[in-house]
Amino acid sequence: MKAKSARRPFRLTKKAFGIPYMLFLMLFVVIPLVLILVNAFLDSDNNLTFGNFKIFFSSASSLIVLGNSLLVGVITTLLCLVIGYPVAYILSKMSSGKIIVLLYIIPMGVNFLIRTLATKAIFIALGVELGMGTVIFGMVYNYLPFMILPLHTTLSGIDKSYAEAAQDLGADKATVFFKTTLPLSVSGIMSGITMVFIPTISTYAISQLLSNGKIFLFGDSIQLSFEQGMYGVGSIMSIVMLVFVLLSNFIMNRFNKGGNAARRSLW
Amino acid sequence: MNKRASVDNIIELKNIYKTYDDKTVVKNASLTIKRGEFVTLLGPSGCGKTTTLRMIAGFEMPTSGQIIFDGQDITNLPPHLRRVNTVFQKYALFPHLNVYNNIAFGLKLKVIPNGTKTNRKGETVQLFRKYTKTEIKEKVDNALKMVDLEDYGHRNVSSLSGGQQQRVAIARALVNEPEVLLLDEPLGALDLKMRKDMQLELMDMHNRLGITFIYVTHDQEEALTMSDKIVVMRLGEIQQIATPEKVYDEPANAFVADFIGESTILSGTMLDDYKVEFCDTVFECVDKGFKKNEPIDVIIRPEDLKILDKDDKKSLISATVLSSVFKGDHYQVTLLAGGNELVAHDTETYGINDTVGLYIKPFDLHIMHKTRIINEINTYITGENLVEICGADFECKTDLPEGTPVKVSIDFDDVEITDDEEDGTIGANVLSSIYKGSYYQAILSTDDHYNFFADTDYEWLKGDRVGIKIAPDKILIEQRQEDAPEGAENSTAADNSEDTEETESTDSFAEIAQLEGNDNIVGALTYDSVDSSDNGEEVEE
Amino acid sequence: MVKVKSFFERFYLLVILAILYAPIILLIIYSFSNSSNFNFDQGFNFEAYISIFTSDKSPDLWAAIGNTLLIASVSSVIATVMGTFASIGIFHLGKRMRRVVENVNQFPIINSEIVMAVSLMVFFVTFAFPEGYLRLIIAHIAFCTPYVVLNVLPKLEAMDPNIYEAALDLGANPFKALTKVMFPIITPGIISGFVMAFIMSMDDFIITQINKGAATGINTLSTYIYSDARVQGLEPFWYAIFSIIFVAVLALVLSINLVKISKQKKKNKETGVQ
Repeated sequence: MKAKSARRPFRLTKKAFGIPYMLFLMLFVVIPLVLILVNAFLDSDNNLTFGNFKIFFSSASSLIVLGNSLLVGVITTLLCLVIGYPVAYILSKMSSGKIIVLLYIIPMGVNFLIRTLATKAIFIALGVELGMGTVIFGMVYNYLPFMILPLHTTLSGIDKSYAEAAQDLGADKATVFFKTTLPLSVSGIMSGITMVFIPTISTYAISQLLSNGKIFLFGDSIQLSFEQGMYGVGSIMSIVMLVFVLLSNFIMNRFNKGGNAARRSLW
Repeated sequence: MNKRASVDNIIELKNIYKTYDDKTVVKNASLTIKRGEFVTLLGPSGCGKTTTLRMIAGFEMPTSGQIIFDGQDITNLPPHLRRVNTVFQKYALFPHLNVYNNIAFGLKLKVIPNGTKTNRKGETVQLFRKYTKTEIKEKVDNALKMVDLEDYGHRNVSSLSGGQQQRVAIARALVNEPEVLLLDEPLGALDLKMRKDMQLELMDMHNRLGITFIYVTHDQEEALTMSDKIVVMRLGEIQQIATPEKVYDEPANAFVADFIGESTILSGTMLDDYKVEFCDTVFECVDKGFKKNEPIDVIIRPEDLKILDKDDKKSLISATVLSSVFKGDHYQVTLLAGGNELVAHDTETYGINDTVGLYIKPFDLHIMHKTRIINEINTYITGENLVEICGADFECKTDLPEGTPVKVSIDFDDVEITDDEEDGTIGANVLSSIYKGSYYQAILSTDDHYNFFADTDYEWLKGDRVGIKIAPDKILIEQRQEDAPEGAENSTAADNSEDTEETESTDSFAEIAQLEGNDNIVGALTYDSVDSSDNGEEVEE
Repeated sequence: MVKVKSFFERFYLLVILAILYAPIILLIIYSFSNSSNFNFDQGFNFEAYISIFTSDKSPDLWAAIGNTLLIASVSSVIATVMGTFASIGIFHLGKRMRRVVENVNQFPIINSEIVMAVSLMVFFVTFAFPEGYLRLIIAHIAFCTPYVVLNVLPKLEAMDPNIYEAALDLGANPFKALTKVMFPIITPGIISGFVMAFIMSMDDFIITQINKGAATGINTLSTYIYSDARVQGLEPFWYAIFSIIFVAVLALVLSINLVKISKQKKKNKETGVQ
């Protein structure tokens, strides 16, 4: 039994390296989320209540904001997919695609506020009226790289011999694309959708800036609830948001069994 | 080089067990390695050979047992304090260091005695120092020279070919002047020609340096070529420890015979001393001491089977040629004799369906006890004409009442294997399947770790999932006395197999075989749930 | 036919690229005009750049830049140290425990920023953490460390497990094996983790905005832009700052990739020798 005591401290040290971070995660990631859950059931005097749900789900304005956000999210995501897929597809066929794709990513290195304000300035200079159209343009503009990158990673990772095999078996170019390339890139599409949809519906500030405060999205209303001290309702909204996050992540993982390959490769 | 006469054995393993969460990967391994020996641990993947080596290196701690190094117990010593060095399978060169610094790594850490001084209390204190830069350079340069890489010191390790990386790995280990060099399948990643060259080089190094080499491989040819002593392992157990010649000529059991070299394994009966019957013919042999009419396995190496003219007087049995295939330096001839297939190597070819005579020297008939003659399980009657076998109720013919403790026996022939697990009464994994001339003998591990032996017409793929079915009238039931609790089986088996340590002579092979014949070894054989195809691999490689 | 198709493909790529870069390029061009609404009425000049130092907002601007760098440095250094050790710890955990920790680690990345921001705010308020730098640095560490782990862990996975053992085998004690072998090998992961943590921290807006506390007056560059430009639009000096930031980002990305490419070439060359 001495064998174990001699070995243990040495093994333990390496596992123990993770303990500070595990405590940190517990304290500053898990507990805050638990607090949100708890707050959802507390009224302003810290009494247990279900009233917050009632307030949120019976208030037309908050549901309209949620509906608007989902609408903007869906439109933005679809536009990003429609615009981004061809870009990723063309790049995946080019030998220098891996380098050129960087050009599409570099704008992401500039703070989104800066980009948004620059677009806003241009819209103003061009005399475009700020509203839904400009909000969606701003969203697409901001999140397109998030769509292109995972798609490109997936598409360029597809072995060319699949397409060749399909051609060899008599498929024409369109069939090759719809029967091999497209199905094989589903995991990239799913990551792309998640990476665009979630930030879009929860973004704070972009829509306000690009619509001069006319259009108010879910992220803005979460922030506003907390700013106004309505922790209960704000927490309900956060939970709704969390449900979307978990749901989309779950769906993405279903399509992307290899883990978060695309997401990891982003960085 | 640095031989110490005091202890002749450099390493002794004493009853080593290694268990990972319930899976025993090394079971009761006992082994003695002499100073300067070239010892090879040989076996298929998942047999526990790498784990054994890693325990000697100190990367794994045995679950129980002792490791003695140079007379001292080093079981608990961490790897950096052991006087052994390892050459890893994938070299494990440090990618951030160049060739020179890889080799110098150990030297830079080493402290060497540097005279003594007397301290204030008047005691003599041993002083230590590190190697100087010049000393390190000299040693590294010598090591590079030894592996023919003189000008490669500044090179990045990733720019070297596999063979060169291998040489650096060897130099890096040897430069520390270990007393024992451990090599874990070091040639596995090299191509055939390179491997042959490196084999010769390693043997040469072993001769020049005079240190002990412990070599792990699954390549039987490599083991036969290089070793002074071969340790054959299977499913965590040592099967045989002997010189290459002995392992080849006198394999301890059918597994060793099948694993080492080509061979035909046939079932036969030992009629009397020096008289064995197989292929419906009685042959003269050199073995004695078997029970009368004991069922045995006969092993014949293809090169020992001589093909003669059918009328040749020396001919012992007549046979029909089934096929003859050119193999470069010989023809491989498959023959049918007395309903059994035999393989012979011959310099000439024969026409298919030719009738020929066969001759084999008595000395070349290798006769072994069967590992098991019948499947025996201690269990209970669970209902009217029902008996429990491995967790399921089998129909049988008995008038014993429910709850009676019984011993069931099932002949190998009567164990029916079904392709689809659902078609059998119980499911099992195929552990091995060995061709025995006219049929295959499969070993199947059930989910509660009993190993069924089954004789079948088909070859079953190792690792496959199959079903087991037994006809009701083939289950022989015998009432038994409730005695020791079931758990006792394992422990007695463990005690018994301690004997394996001395298994170096033919006589003690018989001992193992006999051991395996008795009930306890059934327990020993069955304990090892290690599924060699997947679990084992994970642990091993 | 093929040529036409490939022309259209290239044209499409260029159009998308042009749209992506148009606002940025316009910004850079008009940063030399000292105007807020895209005209060259004052001609080509460097006034906007000069006003970074001379405008009456300069003190606030420089304070914001200072805060940004301070918070990013402190939190990314802590995140890197903690994340690196955490990766080694996670790597040696049992399968099940490891999956749990990895999933929790993933959470700040997949979670929407706004939820992370408000959850931290509720936490800080509930436990009465002092407003100001402490809250911001903790929050930044919380969302930066996962990226360090994501960069270091794959390096550990890619490392031949025998390498650490080889160090022990050659006489290194566990500490030496760690410092002389393990750390140098995972250094590329640690560096990219650090760079990413630094950039994420500098770039952050939402979490900082919600956790900075109104009373403290602490601003980072992004919160300062927001508070300043939301009301009055972009003043010329912002054009200048954005241009500088963009050029810096571009230079960073290009140089990182050039180093990568040249390393690759060097390696190919060396392997090609024999």
